[in-house]
Amino acid sequence: MRLMRALVTLAVLLTAWHALVWATGLPRFILPGPLAVADALQRNAGLLAQHAATTLSEILVGLALGVLLGTASAILLASVRGARRWLMPLLVVSQAIPVFALAPLLVLWLGYGMASKIAMATLVIYFPVTTALFDGLRRTEPGWLDLARTMGASGASTLWHIRLPAALPALASGIRVAAAVAPIGAVIGEWVGSSSGLGYLMLHANARMQVDLLFAALFVLGAFAVALYAATDALLRRALPWLPDSHAFDEKD
Amino acid sequence: MHARVLPAGVPAPVSVTIASARLTYGGAPLFEDLSLRLEPAAVTCLLGPSGVGKTTLLRLIAGLTDLEPPTTVTAGDGLPLAGRVAYMAQQDLLLPWLSVLDNVLLGAKLRGERRSPALVDEAHGLLERVGLPGRAGDRPAALSGGQRQRVALARTLVERRPVVLMDEPFSALDAITRLRLQELAAELLAGRTVLLVTHDPLEALRIGHFVHVMSGGPAVVGAALEPPGVPPRAPDDAAVLAMQGELLRRLAG
Repeated sequence: MRLMRALVTLAVLLTAWHALVWATGLPRFILPGPLAVADALQRNAGLLAQHAATTLSEILVGLALGVLLGTASAILLASVRGARRWLMPLLVVSQAIPVFALAPLLVLWLGYGMASKIAMATLVIYFPVTTALFDGLRRTEPGWLDLARTMGASGASTLWHIRLPAALPALASGIRVAAAVAPIGAVIGEWVGSSSGLGYLMLHANARMQVDLLFAALFVLGAFAVALYAATDALLRRALPWLPDSHAFDEKD
Repeated sequence: MHARVLPAGVPAPVSVTIASARLTYGGAPLFEDLSLRLEPAAVTCLLGPSGVGKTTLLRLIAGLTDLEPPTTVTAGDGLPLAGRVAYMAQQDLLLPWLSVLDNVLLGAKLRGERRSPALVDEAHGLLERVGLPGRAGDRPAALSGGQRQRVALARTLVERRPVVLMDEPFSALDAITRLRLQELAAELLAGRTVLLVTHDPLEALRIGHFVHVMSGGPAVVGAALEPPGVPPRAPDDAAVLAMQGELLRRLAG
């Protein structure tokens, strides 16, 4: 049913797009119609696949690194009082600097290769993961903590066996957000300076007035973002089977 | 009525004395120079209006609240009370991601103790005695409120602590489930020193050996009512009904 609805929406949007191009008679190099984009997608499949592979690896490595670093930071913040006092302001201030403004610097430091894009993706993923998990760790049901204390649990044991599992749904929300923003980080990095990747391909196509190819690359990127979100969501739901369904499903519908 | 079996492996009964208890909250004393004695191997019930400080008093004994001088909490044998107290709250405090069995054995897990086959057998035995045979592998979400509180009771008992502190453990349950659980608790807690905080005069008179009323501001604990006969007493027991009137008068102040 949900798939059906999505298909209907897609069909309506494509028709409207086609009608707009047909009615206004916009030239192909300003706004290509859906058929032209489909044609470009098919003609350049090999090229697109090659560049998509670069972008996808940047996204996946960035996601893994960002989630790992974010998780470690949140645990540190939640378990060491001193860390919270010193690092929390730093973390908040660091978010005041737009990460995208750092992209040229990262390219300068880490080069035109994948490293600067991975760093970029990691940076945009790090903050939502850290704050989501840290919030989750701070909001443990107080009764559980009382129970653990009367049972003679150490702080580390309470963290590992109670606070961390209880915060996993919060971490899952953070990872879902991260999965949605990860492609943005990678593409911005590619725009600033690179020799491959979908972002690079888009810039290149734009400069040569191949707007249909630009749209085709955009389409692949969009498909990645949706697939990544869906995969993350499915994976997280499988990892947290004890979570009531209303939590997992209602966000999507 | 069930046969009275003293659970094996319960430590020697110990009395607990709270003396000169003092607690100030927002500048005003909640109670001052308050004393209460929990007789060894007996159920002491504490009734009183909401906000009088019953739960706070229980938390003082549990070591969940810092003692305000000159408050003292001492055990009859002169040894420290820490590590000899089990706690049961109004909420069942079951961890939703653990199975029923893992919840019962939470204490051992939190203290990093090895899960011996003997301990697992004991947990299964206790689950059977609280009326949940064959449910060890279920998640808490699959159980009803009464069943969940039964699991909490098993978790409290498996700890083998000589002192058990219960804070309105049955107040969220329906009338019939509550009566059954009171019976079960009275039977299984025999031999332990129990403090039961409750709002329900009938509950106190059914399963208490000593019933105190806490009232006033600053609060004091009144002299004990000692219902005759062995708990659990029948709800329509003549002595219970007669004392209920007296108890309600004391509660009304």
